[in-house]
Amino acid sequence: MKGMTIIVKTISSWVKVLIVLFGIYIIHSGHLSPCGGFAGGVFLASSYLLLMLAFGRDVVERELPPSVALKIACWAAFTFAAIAISGLFFGKNEFFWNYIYQKWLAGAGIEVHFIAAGTISLAEFAIGLLVGALLFLVILNLSTFRRDTSASR
Amino acid sequence: MSIPLPLFIAVPLIIAFVLPMFGRKGKAVATALANMVTISLLVFAVASIGKTEVYEIGKWSIPLGINLVLDGLSSLLLLAINVVAAAAMLFSIKYMEQYTAKTKYLSLFLLMVAGMNGVVLSGDIFNLFVFLEIASLASYALVGFGCDHEELEASFKYMVLGSIASVFILFAIALIYGNTGTLNMAYISKAIQNSGLNAGLTFALAMFMAGFGLKAALVPFHAWLPDAHPSAPAPISAMLSGVLIKALGVYSLARIIFNVFGVSVAVGWVLITLGVLSMVVGVFLAVGQWDFKRLLAYHSISQMGYVILGLGIGALILANNGKVEWAAMAILGGMFHLVNHAVFKSLLFLTSGSVEMSTGTRQLKELGGLAEKLPFTRATCTVASASIAGIPPFNGFWSKMILVIASVQAGFLWLAAVTVIVSLVTLISFLKIQRYVFLGELPENLRQTKENKGFMLIAMVFLACLCLLMGSLVLVPGLKESILEPAVKVLTDGLNYSANIIPKL
Amino acid sequence: MPYALCFLLFMLGLYCAVVKKNMVKIVIGILIMEYAVNLFLVMLGFRVGGIAPIIDRAQYDPVIQQVAAGFVNNSVDPLPQALVLTSIVISLGSLALMISICIRTYEKYGTFDITQIRRLKG
Repeated sequence: MKGMTIIVKTISSWVKVLIVLFGIYIIHSGHLSPCGGFAGGVFLASSYLLLMLAFGRDVVERELPPSVALKIACWAAFTFAAIAISGLFFGKNEFFWNYIYQKWLAGAGIEVHFIAAGTISLAEFAIGLLVGALLFLVILNLSTFRRDTSASR
Repeated sequence: MSIPLPLFIAVPLIIAFVLPMFGRKGKAVATALANMVTISLLVFAVASIGKTEVYEIGKWSIPLGINLVLDGLSSLLLLAINVVAAAAMLFSIKYMEQYTAKTKYLSLFLLMVAGMNGVVLSGDIFNLFVFLEIASLASYALVGFGCDHEELEASFKYMVLGSIASVFILFAIALIYGNTGTLNMAYISKAIQNSGLNAGLTFALAMFMAGFGLKAALVPFHAWLPDAHPSAPAPISAMLSGVLIKALGVYSLARIIFNVFGVSVAVGWVLITLGVLSMVVGVFLAVGQWDFKRLLAYHSISQMGYVILGLGIGALILANNGKVEWAAMAILGGMFHLVNHAVFKSLLFLTSGSVEMSTGTRQLKELGGLAEKLPFTRATCTVASASIAGIPPFNGFWSKMILVIASVQAGFLWLAAVTVIVSLVTLISFLKIQRYVFLGELPENLRQTKENKGFMLIAMVFLACLCLLMGSLVLVPGLKESILEPAVKVLTDGLNYSANIIPKL
Repeated sequence: MPYALCFLLFMLGLYCAVVKKNMVKIVIGILIMEYAVNLFLVMLGFRVGGIAPIIDRAQYDPVIQQVAAGFVNNSVDPLPQALVLTSIVISLGSLALMISICIRTYEKYGTFDITQIRRLKG
């Protein structure tokens, strides 16, 4: 696939950065407002979807190889689970315990601050990366399908 | 030693996400890691026998947060799941060398184990749905793992019916939330006791029975099972038939009916009807099969009928305010048969996998005379066949006998008769397997067949020993009280579940 | 009345999943069912003229050091929304899996028609 015209290519390579930025913004405000890791991750993946539509599949595969995306997803999932499990070791033997907030920040009067979310915002970033990478992989793998060439009886 | 309950879910989940990073080169490491996980889960499950524990995740108190509940029923199911998972994982070390992408297989396998452990432990009804979906999605992918014609077709069929079942369950959960305003099972149970069943809740119960019935492949809903279970790789067939339909179907059904909604006469009769239909239809469809694994899959339907029958008789007696000991007897039979079936059916699927790996076919007509070529497979297969048919020293006999005694006690002589007849037909179909696979004449093209040694053998012998020894679960006094009785007590206690779990309620 | 429409949508999806012969249409039917249930869940928590269930300074009563009493009575129920979000994620996963199986099946059989994909019988 050769991709679309030069206008689409140029604009989408500019817009890509903005979409990624907006995705990160949505992930980062997940602890207080209806945003969060999943929605932000979808934005991250959609920036690559835009690139794929504009430039074609090969360019995107060169920019973010599927093996790298898989590694990102695995590490992100691992980080998320590690955050959850680390609650077991910090203090009260509680899974998913928000120890950063409960131990050091509770009562400091910064309830709405980004830092105060503690483990939640760390977990949101992990989820965002995970969803972004996995959705990218899903789109990439589904786009291998060609109706005319691949139908072999 | 007390084990934090989330580890049952978190450990396989983490390792499942770590495994794909190993790629082709680290296949041996990945396999070793996955085996370590299943074996340590087995140790955890053994260590958690006889405990009752409520775990609040993230220190959110109960009606607000998600909680995990470990009671007798959960620990029984945990034991069954993790025993079968450990054996199937050992078996797949060698067996899965035939397929590409072994690390992905291991990852999906662990995901499925995590989902099932989660279903069994969850005390929150929506959380149960989420774990159920995790386990189901992993199993859809595993059924189609070979990516061949039949496997894809079976996987699609399974996925469509499984998704419809999931949507039914979600709809029922929505109805319950709309009527009671809570998602915690103990609180729902309390709210239903206070308000009684209205039309919406009755509809929710019907939806639950349809949804979990589809997941458990009871007879009107059984169409996907005989396609899906044979198409998966053999260790996965063992997992699907051995524990998945029980954890996702029977366990959830029992939990919802006995502990959340409370038993009623109508529900008891529905369960008995489903059970008898599954038993009879499953076994008669099984006798006519010529595909080794397909025959075993039909027997899964039939044997699940026994479990549901035991639960149904128990529910009926409890609803009629009959003697609790009689109900306990019937439920004991059902629960014991559930565990036994997990062991011997997974063993049968593993032996079928061993035969298929050695000979390359699973059509009964193309096999024959393998008794000398595959002595260990033959021996373990005979043990498992004797168990499923109910030959005395093996475990299947004891659970079937308890079921027969319970149905005679409860006054259902015809149910006892049906149980015995179905057992006889089961015996016939397993004699057929013995005759066509291991006895008779050895075909020319199978002269070079070799026995599978190593881990496959260890897994099969381990399960065969369990088949032989599990009769002691009812015969040895201490074991019965510590493993089976608590599970039965959870169900016979019925709606006291909420008071048992949350005393302050 | 809205609940009845929701149920109608559910039944429509069920009909589509059961009756249609095309694999992709079956998948679409299942999705319609899922969305009907999601809609039902959202409507359970809906309240006419309700406010968003997010506590900011306007809802916080400094005198009693608590959330103002009107907040609980006026806000919509946030729990069904969380449930719907979760179930959307799950249905996304199952959709991806279903579509990829459809594609693989098309590559093998060359058709989406389930009446022609019949190797398993019995």
